[in-house]
Amino acid sequence: MSSNKKFLQEELTRMSGVNPKKCMKCGKCSGTCPAYDEMEYHPHQFVSMVESGDIEPLLNSKSLYRCLTCFACVDRCPRGVEPAKLVEAVRLVAVRKQGANHMTANDVPAMLDDDIPQQAIVSAFRKYTK
Amino acid sequence: MKVSYFPGCTLKNKAKDLDLYARRSAEVLGVTLEEIENWQCCGGVFTTSNDEVATKLSSVRALKEAAAKGQPLVSVCSACHNVIKQTNHAMQNDAFFASKVNNYMGQEPYAGETTVYHYLELLRDVVGYDQVKAKVVNPLAGKKIAAYYGCLLLRPNSTMQMDDPENPTIMEDLIKAMGAEPVVYARRNECCGGYVTMENPEFAKRKSLDIIENAKAAGAEVLVTACPLCRYNLQKAGTDMPVVYITELLAEALGVKEVTNEQ
Ligand code: SF4
Ligand code: SF4
Repeated sequence: MSSNKKFLQEELTRMSGVNPKKCMKCGKCSGTCPAYDEMEYHPHQFVSMVESGDIEPLLNSKSLYRCLTCFACVDRCPRGVEPAKLVEAVRLVAVRKQGANHMTANDVPAMLDDDIPQQAIVSAFRKYTK
Repeated sequence: MKVSYFPGCTLKNKAKDLDLYARRSAEVLGVTLEEIENWQCCGGVFTTSNDEVATKLSSVRALKEAAAKGQPLVSVCSACHNVIKQTNHAMQNDAFFASKVNNYMGQEPYAGETTVYHYLELLRDVVGYDQVKAKVVNPLAGKKIAAYYGCLLLRPNSTMQMDDPENPTIMEDLIKAMGAEPVVYARRNECCGGYVTMENPEFAKRKSLDIIENAKAAGAEVLVTACPLCRYNLQKAGTDMPVVYITELLAEALGVKEVTNEQ
C-alpha cells in the first residue's frame, strides 16, 4: 500500500473509531440498509474497501450522499463494526476539500415546498457541506 | 417540577404544534418546560466523527445551561434529542473530544453531568404513565394508533438507551395510557428517507410508502411520530393515512387541545 493510501486509511479509522478488521463479512449491514438500492457501494463494501486501502472510489462515489444516517447498520451489525461511522468519515474527507461541497445554498430554493421542515435543510447541510 | 427545554428550530416554525401541545400537556402533568435562553439549532443530525467539534457546541451550551440550573434537559423533537444525547455521551466518554470542547468554551468544564430526556422518557420515567392515565379526560377509545419511531428515537441504542431498539414499547404504552389501541407493525423503526428528501424526494417517498403500507396492513387508522421530518416524509407519500404528532393526541386526551390562550 502506498504511504498516501496508508495515511488515508489511518485517518479514517481514527476519525470514525471503526476497526474494519472486526468485520466477519456477513453482509447484515447492507441487508438492513434502507439506501441499499440507491448505493453503488454498500455499507459492507465501505468496511472492506477501507480495510484494503481501496478508498479513492469511495471518495468519488455518490453513495456518500445516499446514506441516511439511520444507524440501522450500526445497531444490527453482530460484530459492533459500526459501518455508518466509516461512511461518515469518508464523506467528511470528501466534503472537507475546498469547493467539494455536495450542496450549496443556491441549490436549496429549488428543493423547497411549503411544508418542508427546517430540520430537513439543516440536516442536509450538515451532511453534505463543510 | 421544572425542567430545561430545548425546542429546536423546527418547533418554532413548521412544527409549532409539536411544541405547543407538548408544553400544554406537560403543564397538566405538573411539569413546566423552561426554554433554554438563546439556544441555537442543534444541526439536525449528529456527526459521528470524533474530530468534529464546532458542530456539537450548540448542544454543549444547552447542556451546560441545564447543568447550571440543576435541571434535566428535555426535547420533544426526535432529531434534537438524538443530537443532544449523542453529544452528551461523547462529553462523558471521549476525553479527547471533551478536552477540545472545554478548551474552546473556556468556562467551567463540562463532563456530561446533565440528564437528557426525550419528552416520552419524561412522561414514562419521571411523570409515570399511570399519572398520565389518571389525567386523561377524553380517552381515545377505539382508535387504532400506530407508533412510528423511525431511526432517531432509538438508535444508536448504545447511546440512546431509551427502549429495546427492535421491539420498543415506549410509544405503545403511552397510546394505551391515552385509552387507545396501539398497532404494532414491522417497519415502525425503519427510516422514512430523512434529509435525502431534499435532493431525492422519490427515494424518500418509496421508503415512506413501505412504512405506511405496512402499518395499514396491520390495521392502523392513524400514524403518530415525534419527528417533524418523519411526519413530512410520511405525509408527502401521498396516501390518505393521517400522520399526527404524538403530543397532539396527548393534548386531546388530556383535554387541552382546544385552549387558545397559550402563553
Ligand atoms: S454487519 Fe458488521 S460484520 Fe457483517 S458485514 Fe457488516 S460490518 Fe461486517
Ligand atoms: S446509516 Fe447509512 S449505511 Fe447504515 S444502514 Fe443507514 S443508510 Fe445504510
